[in-house]
Amino acid sequence: MPLYHTDDQAMLKDSAAPFIAEHAPVKHLRALRDSNDPTGFSRDLWKQFAEMGFTGTLVPESHGGLGLGHVEAGIILEEIGRNLTPSPFLTTAVAAVEALKTGGAGLRDQWLPKIASGDAIIGLAIDEGAKHRPAATALTAERSGNGFKLSGKKQFVVHGHVADMLIVSARTAGAAGEENGITLFAVPQNAAGLSADAQRLADSSLAARLTLDGVHVDADAVIGEVDAGWGILAKLLDAGRIGAAAEMTGVGGAAMDATFTYLKTRKQFGQLIGEFQALQHRAAHLYGEMETARSVVYKAQQLLDDGDPRAEMFVAVAKAKAGNACNLAVREGVQMHGGIGMTDEYDIGLYMKRDRGLNEFFGDARFHADRVAIMNGY
Amino acid sequence: MADLEIFRAETRAWLEANCPPEMREPMRHDDDACWGGCNFKFKNPAQKQWLDAMAAKGWTVPDWPKAYGGAGLSPAETKALRSEMAKLGCRTPLMSFGIWMLGPALLKFGTEEQKVHYLNQIARGEIRWCQGYSEPGSGSDLVSLQTFGEDMGDHWNVNGQKVWTSYADKADWIFCLVRTDKSDKYKGISFLLFDMTTLGVTTKPILLISGNSPFCETFFDNVKVPKHQIVGELNRGWDVAKYLLGHEREMISGGGLGEGMASIGAAHKVAAGQEPVLRADMAMFDVDTIAFRAHSERFMDEMKSGKGHPAAPNAMKYIGTELNKRRHELVMAAGGSDALEWDSRASNGGAKARGWLRTKANSIEGGTSEVMLNVVAKRILELPGA
Repeated sequence: MPLYHTDDQAMLKDSAAPFIAEHAPVKHLRALRDSNDPTGFSRDLWKQFAEMGFTGTLVPESHGGLGLGHVEAGIILEEIGRNLTPSPFLTTAVAAVEALKTGGAGLRDQWLPKIASGDAIIGLAIDEGAKHRPAATALTAERSGNGFKLSGKKQFVVHGHVADMLIVSARTAGAAGEENGITLFAVPQNAAGLSADAQRLADSSLAARLTLDGVHVDADAVIGEVDAGWGILAKLLDAGRIGAAAEMTGVGGAAMDATFTYLKTRKQFGQLIGEFQALQHRAAHLYGEMETARSVVYKAQQLLDDGDPRAEMFVAVAKAKAGNACNLAVREGVQMHGGIGMTDEYDIGLYMKRDRGLNEFFGDARFHADRVAIMNGY
Repeated sequence: MADLEIFRAETRAWLEANCPPEMREPMRHDDDACWGGCNFKFKNPAQKQWLDAMAAKGWTVPDWPKAYGGAGLSPAETKALRSEMAKLGCRTPLMSFGIWMLGPALLKFGTEEQKVHYLNQIARGEIRWCQGYSEPGSGSDLVSLQTFGEDMGDHWNVNGQKVWTSYADKADWIFCLVRTDKSDKYKGISFLLFDMTTLGVTTKPILLISGNSPFCETFFDNVKVPKHQIVGELNRGWDVAKYLLGHEREMISGGGLGEGMASIGAAHKVAAGQEPVLRADMAMFDVDTIAFRAHSERFMDEMKSGKGHPAAPNAMKYIGTELNKRRHELVMAAGGSDALEWDSRASNGGAKARGWLRTKANSIEGGTSEVMLNVVAKRILELPGA
C-alpha cells in the first residue's frame, strides 16, 4: 500500500477539515476557557461529531460505527490538532474503543453503540504518577463477593470528572512495575467510593485526579481477562499513542503554517523577516522534521490497521518523533513571532500549551525512545 | 492486488533460485560492491553471475522500459521486487551513477537513439559513468562554471578543469557540464557525454582526510566531443543538470538508510549497556532514523505517483546526510579508542575511522546542507527573497 492517503481518505479529510475549522476553531477553545466551562468540551459539538459519523470511526459497523481504521481516525485527529479543539475523541472514540472491541462481548455491546451515537464519554484511568508508566500500576483490585473492590489513586484522567465510564487499570497480582497481574475494569461514573477532582491544566483542558476508596464492581466489569489485562491495555495505549501523534501533526503543522505566514508578513530593518537566511534555514529544518513525523505517523497507522507485528515499534517511533517535531514547531513558533508570540491574544502560545499536554499524554519522546531501544534489544 | 501477489511470489521464487548465496551476505568491504564498466574486476564468479542474471531479467533497472534494458515494472511491482530482495538479503547487483543519475536524465531528455544506445549499456553494467559538474571556482555556485566547449562545426573543442569527479580514474565515460555560450550564465551551458579515453582527458586522484581517494581532478586539454553527444538542446544543459541533481540528492539521502536501516543500538549493545547517556543518544537516533525510513518510503511513493513536490529531493538529501553523519559519530563514540586505529588488522584497516570521515562529505557533495535549506526555503516554503 503506498504511503499516502487513498481517494476515500482524502475525501474524509476534505469533509473533516472544513467542518472542524468552522464549528470548533481556536476561538471555540478560547470561549470555553474564558467562561471557565466546567465540562472541558462542548457536548453540542460532540453530538455533531456523532452526526458526522466521526465518533464511530473505529467502531465496527455491527455496533453502529463505520468500521474504519487508524488512518481515518488520524485524519480527524489532525484537524482537531490544527484547531486545538477540546474533544473527548482521542480518549473515547479511539483508545477506549480499541480496548472495548476485544475486551468481551458484554461491555462491547453495552458501550460501543453509545460511543458511536455520541451518548457516552469514556475516561482512561491509567497513570498514577506524574510521568506515564503504565506497568507501575499499584491501584489494587481485591476479590470481593461476586466481583472486586478497587482502592487507590489515578491522575491525568482527561475528562475523568464527566466520563460515563472509566477504564481503570488495577493490580490483581504481582508487584508494581510488572506487566503481568494487571486487570482492566470498566467502572461506572456513579460507583460508590469513586471521587473525581478536576484540575485545569496549562492547555485549558480539564483532567481529574481520581480516588477509588473500596469501589465495588461486579465480575462482568472486567475488560478481558483477570491478571492478563496488559495485552488489551497495550492495544488501548497503541491506539492512544498513534492518535496523540496524529493530533500533534495537526498542532505542529498549524503552528508551523502560522509561523511561516508571519515570516512572510512581518517587517524589520526594512525587509520581511522571512528574507533572513538565519530564519530561512531554521524554517526549512522545521519543515523537514514535521514532514518526517507525518510520514512515520502514516506508516504506524497503516501497520496498526494491517495488524502487522512491526506496528508496536513504529507507534513508539511515531509518538516520539511527532512529539519532538511538534515541540520544535511550537518553540520556533513562539520565538519567531517575537514579542507578540508571548501574548495571550495570539494563538501561537495556545499551540505551545497543547503540545506540552500531548507530549506527556501516553508517554513522552524519551519514554518512547527508551521503548524503541528495548524493542531493539539494548 | 491478486496480480501483485502472484508477481511477488514468482519474484521470490526466482530470487531464491538465482541469487547466489555469496550475494546474500551483507557487504563488508568497498570492493564487495559491483560497479561494472570496461575495467571492472569481479571479486568472485558469484558477483558476475548475479549481475548477469539480474541484467538479463531487466531487474538492474526494473522500472525502465524493456527497450532500454529494464523490465517495465509498475511502481508497485518495483517496490515488491525491492522488498523481496531486502527480505532475502540480496545485494544490489550493480552500483551505478548511470542508473541513479544519468539514466533518469536520458529518459527525460535523451533522443530515442541515445536512449537505446546508452541506457542498455548502463542496464547491463558495461559502461561506468562519472559526473563532471564541480570546478575549482564553482562549488555551491555551480552555474558559474568555466569549462568551455568551442564550436568547431562538427564537434566541440573542450578545455577546462573539473574537480570532485567521483571515480573519474575508474570511469569509462563522463557526463559533463560545459559552457557553450559565455554571454548567458544559465542559458549558456550544454550537457555533453564523452569517452574518458579521448585524447586530452587526464585524471588525478585527490587524497582525502579518510586517507582514500574516491574523487579526482579531471583536466580537459583540447578534447574533441562530436555534436551528436549532447543531451537536450544546445545551451539548455542547466535544465538537464538540475533534473539530474534531484536524482543525485535522492541517491545521497539514502546514506541515512542502507546499512543504516538497522538499529544503531542493536549493533553496539555492549557500549549501550555500559554507557547510559550513549544509549539515550542511540535511542533518539533510532527514533529519527526509523522515522526517516518511513519518510523515504513516502517520498518514493509520492514521487512515483506524481504527488511529490519537485524540490522534495533537496529536503531528503539534507535530512538523510545529516542523519548519516550523526550515525557515524555514534559509531565512533561506541568504538572508543578501538575505533581510532587507522591501519590495524583488528580495525579492518581503520574502517570505522575512515568511514566516519567519509561521511563528512555527504552534506557537501551534490549540494551542501546549507544550499539544500536555501532551496527548501525558496521553492517549498516560498519564503521571500530566498
